[in-house]
Amino acid sequence: MTSPLAGAPPAPTPRELYRGFFLAGARGFGGTMPWARRMLVEERRWLTAQEFTDLFGLCNFLPGPNVVNLSIVVGARYHGPRGSLAAFAGLLTLPLAVVLTLAALYGRFGEVAGVDALLRGVGAAAAGLVLATGLKMAVPLARRPRALAFLVVTVAAIAWLRWPLVPVLLTLAPLSVLAAWVRRP
Amino acid sequence: MSPLVTIALRFTVLSLVAVGGVSSVLPEIHRVVVDVHHWMTDVQFTQMFAIAQAAPGPNMLIVALVGWHVAGLPGALVATAAICAPSCTLSYFVARVWERFRGTPWRGAVEAGLAPITVGLVLATGWLVARGAQDTSWGAAGITAAVVVLVTLTRVNPIWLFAAAGILGLLGLV
Repeated sequence: MTSPLAGAPPAPTPRELYRGFFLAGARGFGGTMPWARRMLVEERRWLTAQEFTDLFGLCNFLPGPNVVNLSIVVGARYHGPRGSLAAFAGLLTLPLAVVLTLAALYGRFGEVAGVDALLRGVGAAAAGLVLATGLKMAVPLARRPRALAFLVVTVAAIAWLRWPLVPVLLTLAPLSVLAAWVRRP
Repeated sequence: MSPLVTIALRFTVLSLVAVGGVSSVLPEIHRVVVDVHHWMTDVQFTQMFAIAQAAPGPNMLIVALVGWHVAGLPGALVATAAICAPSCTLSYFVARVWERFRGTPWRGAVEAGLAPITVGLVLATGWLVARGAQDTSWGAAGITAAVVVLVTLTRVNPIWLFAAAGILGLLGLV
């Protein structure tokens, strides 16, 4: 997906970073990553699609929650520690408040059955959103057979064979990077 | 040792080994809070997972719920800080170094190599979540397929699709 606007928008201030990530966190039902990408690439245009994939790739290989890492990395890019803190706080403010309110409401976590039907619908939609985001991210790779091959092997190993994540990453990532290095332009 | 200190120590360590996100250390969190310390039952743990999934935001917020259950509001804040601080600090410094190597051939190769695996992981996650949501019905499969098509091909804000899917759920169609 290419940006329809010519030229990059001005660098966000810490306050804008807070707001942007607040929005991503607030809408992040069923996972925040698709909403973070929408906010960063499609709405605010702080990152290109390529930059997003690169930074999210980096965050995936760092330990810890990857969208939280993304907030730190994007914030650091513009305003160092202040930017990181602003983005991190924005991402977590509302979700933390919501989750704790829910916990307080449900007290000892007795009955959650009432919302079951609602959540089944939303859960199915959330799965669709993650798949659609993956497809958008795959578009730039579609014409590179080597990248496509590694993509398919990754999906097969994790989703079909259900192999554990860490050994899969430790095997595929070095191979894929090596292949990219050998065939570099 | 007070539960608060135990939570802080356990989650700080888990933060640095949670490659691939908090879901990869969920079995270990389960082992610690259910089997080792008996802070909650299996059923309570599953319900917390459901609440963390249902709320907006990163799924790692299950650690805040565990902290809340064990030590109230201080527990929730300590648990969240402990699971975030070490990995965030690491990410910050790695990002700084990474920025410095912008434009070097080896960074280009690392990015080109990691991209397909990153995208593969996103697609695999979507597939697994879809399978989880679709244990029971064709309605759920229909919603997932419709969202994939609409989000890929149109500029509709997904939040409306979520609202519609929630309503279909409430109507008993999922």
